[in-house]
Amino acid sequence: MLEALSYSFIQNALIAGVLISICAGIIGSLIVVNRMVFLAGGIAHTSYGGIGMAIYFGLPIFFGASVFAVGAALILASISLKQKNRIDTFIGLIWAVGMAIGVLFIDLTPGYNVDLMSYLFGSILAVSRDDLLFISILLLIILFITIFWYRDILAVSYDSEYASLRGVHVKSFYTLILVLSALTVVVSIKIVGLILVIALLTIPVYIAEKLSSTLGGMMSISALLSVCFTLVGLYFSYIYDLTSGASIILVAALSLIVFLAINFLRHR
Amino acid sequence: MSPILEIKNLYFAYEKQKALENINLSINKKDFLAIIGPNGGGKSTLLKLILGINKIQEGSIEIEGKNSSSCLNKIGYVPQNTNVNIDFPIRVFEVVLMGHTNKKRVLFGYSKDEISKAYEVLQKVGMKKFAKNKIGSLSGGQRQRVMIARALFTNPQILLLDEPTSSIDAKGQKEVYELLKILNEDITVVVVSHDISIILEYASKVAYINRTLVLHDIGINQNRFKSKDEHFCEVELLNLLGSKVQKGCSC
Repeated sequence: MLEALSYSFIQNALIAGVLISICAGIIGSLIVVNRMVFLAGGIAHTSYGGIGMAIYFGLPIFFGASVFAVGAALILASISLKQKNRIDTFIGLIWAVGMAIGVLFIDLTPGYNVDLMSYLFGSILAVSRDDLLFISILLLIILFITIFWYRDILAVSYDSEYASLRGVHVKSFYTLILVLSALTVVVSIKIVGLILVIALLTIPVYIAEKLSSTLGGMMSISALLSVCFTLVGLYFSYIYDLTSGASIILVAALSLIVFLAINFLRHR
Repeated sequence: MSPILEIKNLYFAYEKQKALENINLSINKKDFLAIIGPNGGGKSTLLKLILGINKIQEGSIEIEGKNSSSCLNKIGYVPQNTNVNIDFPIRVFEVVLMGHTNKKRVLFGYSKDEISKAYEVLQKVGMKKFAKNKIGSLSGGQRQRVMIARALFTNPQILLLDEPTSSIDAKGQKEVYELLKILNEDITVVVVSHDISIILEYASKVAYINRTLVLHDIGINQNRFKSKDEHFCEVELLNLLGSKVQKGCSC
């Protein structure tokens, strides 16, 4: 294992895993407390359309996926702020259309035979230096926003009606949270894939919610747990030659089961 | 005595459906006003107009002689807490700090002055010892006292509460109203509620609203409602309000 650490692609994979896990811990907390899990799922699957287009036009995958994911986030934010009761219909619609666009463009790409599984279930060993730069910038943006506008984000997440009365621009912060969720989903696709990304954004948060009495604490614990699950998952992935995303999510799921069992026994 | 809140000839309609018309209401300092009325009668619409959530179409709402929209910080608002997630990871003092309108940004949230002010208002509602507890660990009555503390953060002159005791047990309801009685020694209290029997024990005036509004000064009749059941209060109240209230409307 130690020998593997000397390879630059393994180093990149580990650095990306840690950075993405921190993003996922922070943004996953906001997704869960704002009850946006289904929204995030819709955005994740829509981004597949961007992956397909990026492959067809020879653009960077992160760029294509980000454009589609942010576009979906803006559309869904606008709809959920105006017609909350119809949002599930639009999520379903945008989810399916995004996937369909992705599949069509990949079909149309001449001579294309890339492993689609890597986008659906993650392929962390293909992380480049450019990817690392993109992920680092995203993490810095997330940290800056959550630290500087912590009280507004907290107010909007806890009681948006009251926050609005106190002069907080609820629509802007709601949209901002969704856009950050979209970008986090895009980078998380790299390690767990778009099918499993929701598990990475919710399992550590669920455990952290029970262990924390503040949103900041929940974000920190969740980020820490995500890092642990990712590193342990990557270890098993390397040792047993498993798909990285599935390995990470199963480590997280098993940890959740152990946590719930301990909680159950403590409260008996 | 000049009124602290004055509503004149207020009219409001949702598209073509009238919600409120010809509303005139004058509230003095240290009044304890109960606003009651049937569902769909316009209670919530009136609240939203006072708070500036809905825009006034005709008439005016003034606070101490000034347009209400320019002095909303003089109103402390306690919403009906039906949408709040009680499992949310937030401490009691953080909930109270949401009452602050300060636009200055402090890294990681709050300044020392703001936190000490939060503790001060929590002391006022008897919840200081719970300041660091998670909000979800409190009882319904305790949570409502925290919401009142949040509304008191800006030292309002009017405290406006929307159904403050819905989904709270009888003991909690009593605690909330006893607290409002104490706060009423300094500020005006306006409560929208359908719990007629308990609110009439504490209110000095009652406004019955069903598209139009009828105001009654309970004054010396307050004891008449003490420890009486809902039906008795409803019948007595309709008698007091007299023929102005449309027949067939239930409170």
